[in-house]
Amino acid sequence: MSTYKIEVEKLNAWFGSKQVLKNIDMKVKDRAVTAIMGPSGCGKTTFIRCLNRMHELTPGARVSGRVLLDGINIYDDGIDPVQIRRKVGMIFQKPNPFPMLSIYDNVALGPKLNGVKDRKTLDLIVRRSLELAGLWDEVKNDLDKSGVSLSGGQQQRLCIARALAVEPEVLLMDEPTSALDPMSAAKIEALIRKLAENYTVIIVTHNIQQAARVSDYVAFFYLGELIEYGPTKDVFEKPRSELTERYITGKFG
Amino acid sequence: MSGSSYYRLRRIKDVIVRFMVYLALLIALIPLFSVIFEVARRGIIAINLDFFVKPTPTVGEVGGGIANAIQGTFITIGLTCLIGVPIGVISGIFLSEYSESRFSTIIRFFNEVLNGIPSIVIGIFSYALIVLAVGFSVIAASFALSIIMIPIVTRTTEEALKLVPATIREAAIALGMPRWKTVVYIVLRSAKKTVATGILLAIARITGESAPILVTMGYWRWWFAGLNRPVANLALNIFLFANSPFENWVVLAWGSALILIMMVLGINIVVRILMRERY
Repeated sequence: MSTYKIEVEKLNAWFGSKQVLKNIDMKVKDRAVTAIMGPSGCGKTTFIRCLNRMHELTPGARVSGRVLLDGINIYDDGIDPVQIRRKVGMIFQKPNPFPMLSIYDNVALGPKLNGVKDRKTLDLIVRRSLELAGLWDEVKNDLDKSGVSLSGGQQQRLCIARALAVEPEVLLMDEPTSALDPMSAAKIEALIRKLAENYTVIIVTHNIQQAARVSDYVAFFYLGELIEYGPTKDVFEKPRSELTERYITGKFG
Repeated sequence: MSGSSYYRLRRIKDVIVRFMVYLALLIALIPLFSVIFEVARRGIIAINLDFFVKPTPTVGEVGGGIANAIQGTFITIGLTCLIGVPIGVISGIFLSEYSESRFSTIIRFFNEVLNGIPSIVIGIFSYALIVLAVGFSVIAASFALSIIMIPIVTRTTEEALKLVPATIREAAIALGMPRWKTVVYIVLRSAKKTVATGILLAIARITGESAPILVTMGYWRWWFAGLNRPVANLALNIFLFANSPFENWVVLAWGSALILIMMVLGINIVVRILMRERY
């Protein structure tokens, strides 16, 4: 077995007749942070939405190619996208806790709907998930308050806890800090580093410094194509493509 | 034209328009307040303890009340909701969550058409379908009222669900929730107050309907006696009692009218409160 968690082969994606991803081949390392960077509209968000089969939910959207998760093609007939999404969690650009639910229920909802009924087990899952997300100490006395009563950064960590509670193996993050202040963003970045010990993290960012700080591997997308992909250090120190170099030195994007 | 006379002209126009706007408002409000005032003035006489606990008096009996009509109205509304709310809410869910096709445009169109059909026509329809088979009954009346209720609940539910942000739906789907669970536990739950508001408005509407009840329920001045029999009804009380030659029945008609207005007003106040504290 390879140490690759996800292997993407000849992935193409469309919105209607507009092709937004072109022949992407990419192997993502297990238990590491892989950053996807590139200018707006380069297909980076679409790319990660293809990895948990969210892309196809948009009316008119289409995908071709293969995405292997632990060697199994998630686009095979007979694969249930719902099962895939339990293994591949997602954090969104804007924190989106369920507004009508308490902090506790935001985290407990996933396991509850997956069949966990025992209150003590749920308590444990909620506590562990919030601890992992670094939020437990801040909210342990307010578990029955609404999720939207928290600050933006806390809300985003609540969303991370919510995703962790269903015990995924991969975490997809779509610009998770772009709606946050620098302090909150720094906390999330530290959390991402910690999560990589146990999870495969793929983070989309338009912030080049963030990609450099947080990732082990980095991919540069441009106009729907994967221009360059490799260990973060290599890509930033000696990029092979001139396009990559111009992007990371801030000449466009 | 000099500046000041232009200014004066503008002020005069302003005053005229203002006057007309307030006058229109006043004219629009006069009927509402005179109805409420008149009904309250005449209805209040009817209201005493007997009014709420006794059924329709027999001919020649003094006093009596509308307790059976209140009971009957609640039973009729309850049965109507039992039929109308599930169908309306589920149709609304379908239109908002499950259809992206022209099919839904067609359904939406027919739903609007159904909403526009005069209630007496729906009453006659229920007469032909149910009264001829079962007889004048609560079932026949509730069936007719639920046909009036369904398009209202369908439309308000659809609109309520569409107001739930897409990010909330995505969050649930990304957690590996099946679509139906996302719809029931997340989308419907987020919109429950708005959905409830729509249901209440539909109830307010059917509470006052009298034409379809007239042709499906018929006359009944006793207590509830089974779903295949008629029950008394507040709206119908007004029609029947006001036309009667007995003085105490006429008084009861005004009393019924007052209670009916209070109920509809009450529902509208609850709706206002619900709308204010969303989330």
